[in-house]
Amino acid sequence: MASKFNLDPKKCPMPSQDPHVRNKNFQEVALGYTAEMAVNEAKRCLNCPKKPCVEGCPVSIKIPEFIQKIAAEDFEGAYQVLAQDSALPAVCGRVCPQESQCEGRCTRGLKEGCESVGIGRLERFAADWHREHSTAQATAPASNGHKVAIIGAGPSGLTCAGDLAKLGYKVTVFEALHVAGGVLMYGIPEFRLPKAIVQSEIDGLKALGVDFETNMVIGKVLTIDELMQEYGYEAVYIASGAGLPRFMGIPGESLKGVYSANEYLTRTNLMKAYRPDSKTPIAKSKAVAVCGGGNVAMDAARCAKRLGAETVYIVYRRGMAELPARREEVEHAEEEGIIFKTLCNPVEVLGDENGWVRGMTCIEMELGEPDESGRRRPIEKKGSEFELEVDTMIMALGTSPNPLIRTTTPGLDADRHGCIITNGDDGLTSREAVYAGGDAVTGAATVILAMGAGKDAAKAIHQYIQKKA
Amino acid sequence: MFTITEKTALNPTVTRMVIHAPLIAKKAQPGQFIIVRPFEDSERIPLTVAGYDREAGTVSIIFQIVGGTTMELNSLSVGQSVHDFVGPLGKATELEGLKKVCIVGGGVGCAIALPIAQALHEQGCEVHSVIGFRSKELVILEEEFSACSNTLRLMTDDGSYGEKGLVTGALEQLINAGNQYDEVITIGPLVMMKFVVGVTKKYNVKTIVSMNPIMVDGTGMCGGCRLTVGGKTRFACVDGPDFDGFEVDFDEAMQRGAMYKPFEAHAREAACNLLKKEVE
Repeated sequence: MASKFNLDPKKCPMPSQDPHVRNKNFQEVALGYTAEMAVNEAKRCLNCPKKPCVEGCPVSIKIPEFIQKIAAEDFEGAYQVLAQDSALPAVCGRVCPQESQCEGRCTRGLKEGCESVGIGRLERFAADWHREHSTAQATAPASNGHKVAIIGAGPSGLTCAGDLAKLGYKVTVFEALHVAGGVLMYGIPEFRLPKAIVQSEIDGLKALGVDFETNMVIGKVLTIDELMQEYGYEAVYIASGAGLPRFMGIPGESLKGVYSANEYLTRTNLMKAYRPDSKTPIAKSKAVAVCGGGNVAMDAARCAKRLGAETVYIVYRRGMAELPARREEVEHAEEEGIIFKTLCNPVEVLGDENGWVRGMTCIEMELGEPDESGRRRPIEKKGSEFELEVDTMIMALGTSPNPLIRTTTPGLDADRHGCIITNGDDGLTSREAVYAGGDAVTGAATVILAMGAGKDAAKAIHQYIQKKA
Repeated sequence: MFTITEKTALNPTVTRMVIHAPLIAKKAQPGQFIIVRPFEDSERIPLTVAGYDREAGTVSIIFQIVGGTTMELNSLSVGQSVHDFVGPLGKATELEGLKKVCIVGGGVGCAIALPIAQALHEQGCEVHSVIGFRSKELVILEEEFSACSNTLRLMTDDGSYGEKGLVTGALEQLINAGNQYDEVITIGPLVMMKFVVGVTKKYNVKTIVSMNPIMVDGTGMCGGCRLTVGGKTRFACVDGPDFDGFEVDFDEAMQRGAMYKPFEAHAREAACNLLKKEVE
């Protein structure tokens, strides 16, 4: 008889493609649990009464409840529990930083040498199982007669749209690009988040009655005031993200072969430049340096490797311990042969006689006293400059919010970084009936935080419209 | 559905298309641009607005068939539609208060210059137009320019039509003849705009250039369209496409514009072969 609990101190390992195979293809790295693995892992959950994991989840998924369903082999039931709180479980199971959220608080992981329950892996399993097996079609709930507009079809907008649609609102999501999904489509690579999965989550929202208007750059083709006054939207949620790339401001950044990570990833993921028949070009590189140490830098480096670069460096001015990227992403990158040049900062991009990148001058760094962020401040080591031979450079230095909406919506307050100011809890901006959330408010952050903001805004918009009606 | 309502070949390599896009037609201004994808798997390319009819709800674009994507676009006929049509993007050309302007257009750039000339003409501005082409069979929009210009100089490189010579020569003559322009607005190949600025700098006449670099999204996201203007990095899609010509680093822009040349040649050939097959 199968035992009730699994006392293994370690998570069931995730089956993955071999690093030396996967660094040449764009198929998904992690292959997902089998049903047997999932049930076994689910049995590691103690179903403890305090549920610290739920507190760690920005969208408060009923984690022990869905895990118990998996342990009982009721996989569709597990999905239904997830769907109550998350519009995108197949996405979150793949890209959430679980180690600092739900899993970071798991009772099983508290003891030295013990690992938390693989909550993210189980979430992914349940969502994938539902997508592959369920034939139940979501149906649009009865309309409550109220219209809400959402600007931006990324994780925050999609979450807000899903929650409002379930309450009977007529929701229209306006998206600037030609497909919905935002960063899930243009930013996160296929090998971490297959686009078919994102599309299937979007199709689920369409089945709930959500309308998607792609190719609509709000602020240009229509303003927020027009949406409310001429088109009858009673509330607007701005989830336009943080799309503007930063550059370093060093000499040579305009040479051919220097990309923003946004451009490199958009060409690769959104425009499918990795496919041999793609009509969108991308540099065929031999040696690539990615500047930056976040998740976006890891994504860009791993894409570059898969696009055929022999040598790919991550150039980061602090140390390995300070890399802002998720541990798992760093490990995956290392396994795939990405070379980490830490404590190293670019000072100049060097060009050849035709204006192409031929290398970069870097300077070695050392860590000094902690700065206001609490991290030790990197200081240049005088006279330690050296040259790194590369033909492509990718700047992954962070992004800031797009000014298009802010500058075309009178009375919408933003801070000096261009982030829209909200009153905190519910995302209300300085304009009545206009809410905002996700990266447009916080600056570049994570998918799940953006989703959490979308959920809060949906609640607040619902309350606002009910009170008004 | 962005349906094509009219299609005209202006010359063997330049096509004008009128596209049903009522929301964009309502907002478009001279100087702004559209991102177009002819088919679902096409590249996104920027094309400057060549005209609009707010009542009919249409926007016109004029493009030169130079690469794979413009070949794809040109393969579509009236009644068919383009897959994606996004805009109006970028800032409109600032025309307020201008009393006397010289428009200098080169080749297909004249298509973008025309709505600016027309708008200036309508606001009562004195418009001098200098338009240049390689030869007679490439001349476009002569009548339209003639209708909105107080003076029109049509130049061809080989002298097969109009006057023989370059636009820069005609511009310098006009300035030397005592014309005091509030502004020169120039749109055309980068190398032409660079030389136009070379002339106007000499006479210190404020010059606006319209840049058309490589773009992906057109909304400020990719940074591929960055230019150095006055020593600072600017994005043509959101800060432009118009810039002060005295400040633009043209040599760098020309370098960057050639980034995908080998790929483009290949794509053009592939598109050629594909379209040929469809004809067979």
